[in-house]
Amino acid sequence: MKMGAVITRIVLILAAISFISMQAVGQWSSIPPGRLINPEDLVKILQSGKEKPLLLQVGSHILYAQAHIPGSEYIGAAQTDTGLQQLRKHVDSLPRTKFIVLYCGCCPWSHCPNVKPADDAMHAMGFTNVKVLYIANNFGTDWVDKGYPIAKGE
Amino acid sequence: MGRIGAPHNAAASSKQKPLAPDFTLPQLDGQPLSLSSYRGKVVLLDFWATWCVPCREETPHFVELQQKYGDRGLQIIGISMDDSPDPVRPFTQQFHVNYPVVMGTAKTGEEYGGVLGLPIAFLTDRDGRIVAKHIGATDAAVFEREITGLLQTQ
Repeated sequence: MKMGAVITRIVLILAAISFISMQAVGQWSSIPPGRLINPEDLVKILQSGKEKPLLLQVGSHILYAQAHIPGSEYIGAAQTDTGLQQLRKHVDSLPRTKFIVLYCGCCPWSHCPNVKPADDAMHAMGFTNVKVLYIANNFGTDWVDKGYPIAKGE
Repeated sequence: MGRIGAPHNAAASSKQKPLAPDFTLPQLDGQPLSLSSYRGKVVLLDFWATWCVPCREETPHFVELQQKYGDRGLQIIGISMDDSPDPVRPFTQQFHVNYPVVMGTAKTGEEYGGVLGLPIAFLTDRDGRIVAKHIGATDAAVFEREITGLLQTQ
């Protein structure tokens, strides 16, 4: 019995560790690195004469209203069905090779509930040139505080 | 109303501590709540949202802190940055939230220096001055240590 209890406890501990690890890894591992773009690289593109991407914010409207990347459009929180429908509707008529950058920045990267569903939806629609802005902590820390350009308002 | 800039810490002298910008915001039942009505209490302002995983993880700790220190002068106020109160009401019931929750706005966020990522918590002393700002999930023991220190002052 004692040995059984010990084994049970070990199994529970391992399960808990596994669960916590999965939570911690989250979306960081589930969006392939090749589909990510860093803030500094996006800023370089935006300031260059190269083709500008279509910028779509797929997170919180209150956060968007406080600060967003100039020229970006608010779509809706992609974690919700409504947000995903709005995203699909917004891009449906675009060429599937269109350069599009999705971003949120509501939460630390591993906890963002929006970028993964948005990225999945875009790829399911056949878009081949979509990048997700890698925001490690949040939009304030990783974009605004670095002095990158912002716009405010609805 | 003022605007809060850089993070603050409890070591700052009294003159250096900025007053927390006052606000009057609707609670979940529509009744207005003003921050200034809590002058004389130690207030923990928690900017959060239902879709924010770290915020959800912090909520039980805040419930416990309110329960433990409420009669000594602690008042926690949740400022939801959800775009609608619809998901907030069931959340507060499910988590047995024992402190008031108001619906924040972009303006509120801007007055507090930009709430561009969640969670963010501000702790004010009994004079309504901000003595600590925590960006991201914060250990409950840190909050408790700061709160008990502030509650000792009358």
